[in-house]
Amino acid sequence: MGRSLAQVLRDDLGFTGTKVACGEGHCGACTVQLDGVPTLSCITLVHTVGDREVTTIEGLRDHRLIHAFVRTDAVQCGFCTPGQVVSAAALVAANPSPSKDEIQHAMSGNLCRCGTYPKIEEAIRTWQD
Amino acid sequence: MARLIRTEKEVEGRYEEVWIVVDEDALDRWPAGPLTTVGQRVPRVDGLARARGQALFTADLQLPGMLHTAVLRSPYARARVISIDLEPARSAFGVRAVIGPADLDQLTDEPGYVGHAVAAVAADTFGQAQAAAERIVVEWDVLEPLLDADEAVRQESFVSDVANYERGDFERGLGGADVVVEAEYRTQVVVHNSLETHQAVCHWEDDGITIYISTQYIWGIRASMADHLGLPPDKVRVICHAMGGGFGAKNSPGDYTPIAAELAKRTARPVRCALTRREENVAAGNRNATIQRLTAAATTDGTLVALGGDFVNAVGYSGWSATTEGPMKMLYACDNVRTTQYPAKLNLPPMAAFRAPGFVEGTFGLECLLDELAVKLGIDPLELRRMNYADSDRTDDRPFSSKNLAECYRRAEPHWAKRDEVRARSRGPWKHGIGLASQIWYGGGGPPSYAWIRVGSDGRAQVVTAMQDIGTGTRTAMAQIAAEELGIPLDHVQVSLGDSARGPFASISAGSSTVPSMGPAVRSAAADAKRQIIEIAAQRFHLEERVLDLRDGQIVSTDGGSWPLTEVTGLLESGQILGQGARGPNPAGMQVLTFGVQVAEVAVDVETGEVRVDKIVAIHDVGRVINALGAESQVEGGIIQGIGHTLSEERIDDPATGSILSRTLDAYRMPTIADVPEIVSELVDIPDEHLTNLGSKGLGEPPIIPVAAAIANAIRDATGAEIRSLPITREEMLRALREAEAREKERRGAAAAV
Repeated sequence: MGRSLAQVLRDDLGFTGTKVACGEGHCGACTVQLDGVPTLSCITLVHTVGDREVTTIEGLRDHRLIHAFVRTDAVQCGFCTPGQVVSAAALVAANPSPSKDEIQHAMSGNLCRCGTYPKIEEAIRTWQD
Repeated sequence: MARLIRTEKEVEGRYEEVWIVVDEDALDRWPAGPLTTVGQRVPRVDGLARARGQALFTADLQLPGMLHTAVLRSPYARARVISIDLEPARSAFGVRAVIGPADLDQLTDEPGYVGHAVAAVAADTFGQAQAAAERIVVEWDVLEPLLDADEAVRQESFVSDVANYERGDFERGLGGADVVVEAEYRTQVVVHNSLETHQAVCHWEDDGITIYISTQYIWGIRASMADHLGLPPDKVRVICHAMGGGFGAKNSPGDYTPIAAELAKRTARPVRCALTRREENVAAGNRNATIQRLTAAATTDGTLVALGGDFVNAVGYSGWSATTEGPMKMLYACDNVRTTQYPAKLNLPPMAAFRAPGFVEGTFGLECLLDELAVKLGIDPLELRRMNYADSDRTDDRPFSSKNLAECYRRAEPHWAKRDEVRARSRGPWKHGIGLASQIWYGGGGPPSYAWIRVGSDGRAQVVTAMQDIGTGTRTAMAQIAAEELGIPLDHVQVSLGDSARGPFASISAGSSTVPSMGPAVRSAAADAKRQIIEIAAQRFHLEERVLDLRDGQIVSTDGGSWPLTEVTGLLESGQILGQGARGPNPAGMQVLTFGVQVAEVAVDVETGEVRVDKIVAIHDVGRVINALGAESQVEGGIIQGIGHTLSEERIDDPATGSILSRTLDAYRMPTIADVPEIVSELVDIPDEHLTNLGSKGLGEPPIIPVAAAIANAIRDATGAEIRSLPITREEMLRALREAEAREKERRGAAAAV
């Protein structure tokens, strides 16, 4: 049986910043970027990654979005947060000043049970401040 | 002096009489309003670690040699195991141990709900464990399950005693009423679905066990696992550094912790037992369904003369029965109240506390009913609530330690006054309306709770207490409180928590109690350290202690002198100032509660039944606010979860078999970022002058309580439709609209006939 990218990142490489919360592609907690494209690592078989570049939260630790998330309190329990940041980083790379609708569209695949959504929106709107 | 008292201890509306040894709480209260650090908008001190994915969750722990567990759970709601063969699993690849009903109390051969644990396998990988668990052969005798709550009441199938309550004379009150409304409300099963599933890693070392667990109550896990394992509690070390959400479901060890402990013992290896998302939706607890048959009666002047209700809690196979009738008993000054609560035992997964258990459900019924009454009386809903304002706790005539609900109502007025403006936005099929609902809940916390603090020669402080931060930001609140008391910058305070071997007993993080229980203990520990620093400074500078204080990292004297704090602490070299503090008692003879009101603006498409929440204004009274930013986040989070409960979330059970059909996060629909309305939050921020050295109450639960009723009342305002059950699906919305239309036709017909 093939192994998922999330398993390899977390269990083999020790990059535990990528979280697995459902394991079946429904919640977005495991989001990483493949060549800059947000991808659900829990349902991506590692052998399909090929020569695409994998960016995890560990590779984004000094991104200004991280500080924006902290400043706006877009972090509660923090379990979904790395996935949120990875999705948001892909969004702002393509579109540095996204509208509310664009933020909602890009981020609606990342569930947060604590309800940090208003703060996530604020973080993405103000990430360059 | 330590004092032994006999007192009532409350957690989430459940009371027990206990002996408690409490320390006096002799500190002066801080002035009201934002101080230097306390009351300010402070980003969380561990925000960076969490955002970067560096915070250590139980899910992230990887111990050398660690095994993984798969649990075989019953596919039947009620059955008996005729025979079970574990051997095929034992011989499977990678398997290290297999246990069944004969090996552990938490594994059953008479399952009472779908998801009841029957057997467990530990293997090198989770995949191997799962594959092996599938090889276990069970011969079942499948029995008829009891799934209907009303049927359970008829059969007297209960998890505990039926709870009856009456004050005054309900029947007489009803007899003297001018207007009576009766309605049946139903609320659905909702599931916590914390993003980190329930899980523990157990590791036996020497003659004790270390338990890493995603929990809301480190000390509760320690006590119950010590009891389960027959160990002295200090042989059980419980660790929870960061945890990915609980919402009430992670107060106890569950089945997964004893399973991991047993497998770890048998294999002499660390063992993880982590629920999958699908198990989480079945076997990790839920907010149980309710049926509420309610009556409200008033005289034409708006005085409530009778409130009554039969409340059926569909508790499930086990668990406790929350006080769904609580709001009806407590929210209004009604002389005649009669309630009966039936704790139905069913062949469905057990309930677990979920953010204000009982009160979320009961407030939906009561506050909708009150608006139906307001319509019939022709009285403004806000006015009706003011007319029946309770000035004391009517259940036992105790005064409130503080109550600023009237102030909440006053602050709600400008939002409420927009009703005509909101209704005027209606265009075509979209009808707009506005509704409100009140909130009452506990949240006072209580003793015992302890904290230590150490101040080093560098003038920095470390707070040490074995509490947990379940994501609400309590670590940050404790740092703020210590910084405020010691007069040092926030970044000179560190908080060490999450480990029962490193720090004293700390409160459960449930019942909105962490800040009101732990905060005063931390302040008291900081004050103890401060007193010692001042004693040393007085000797160093040849001054009287009473003229000295700590402020802005300085030791200051009333005559204008000031010295850097390190000038005194520096004398310590490797020595440390050690402070200790304890939570004092709750005010004797008083009821400590939280209050609030929320105003919702909604739009309803009367053709399709689509409901859109445009805005929610939340105004709550929780005493002193410690972190204005974190508090705002709690309010928003509670409201968003409440919107999920109101509009989309529902566990779907098969009514024939009791199987759970919604086991994934696409079948169980939680709110996304696209479902969030404009949220305005306002906290009254008046310290409770009778409660502790802080005057702070808890805030985790209050914001979720009035959401459903405020939305349903706004729907009535927009359309005239009476919502009677949650979630408000399109079917429910269209049913309510048809019913309203029929009612209107009947009214017109009756008018024409006259």
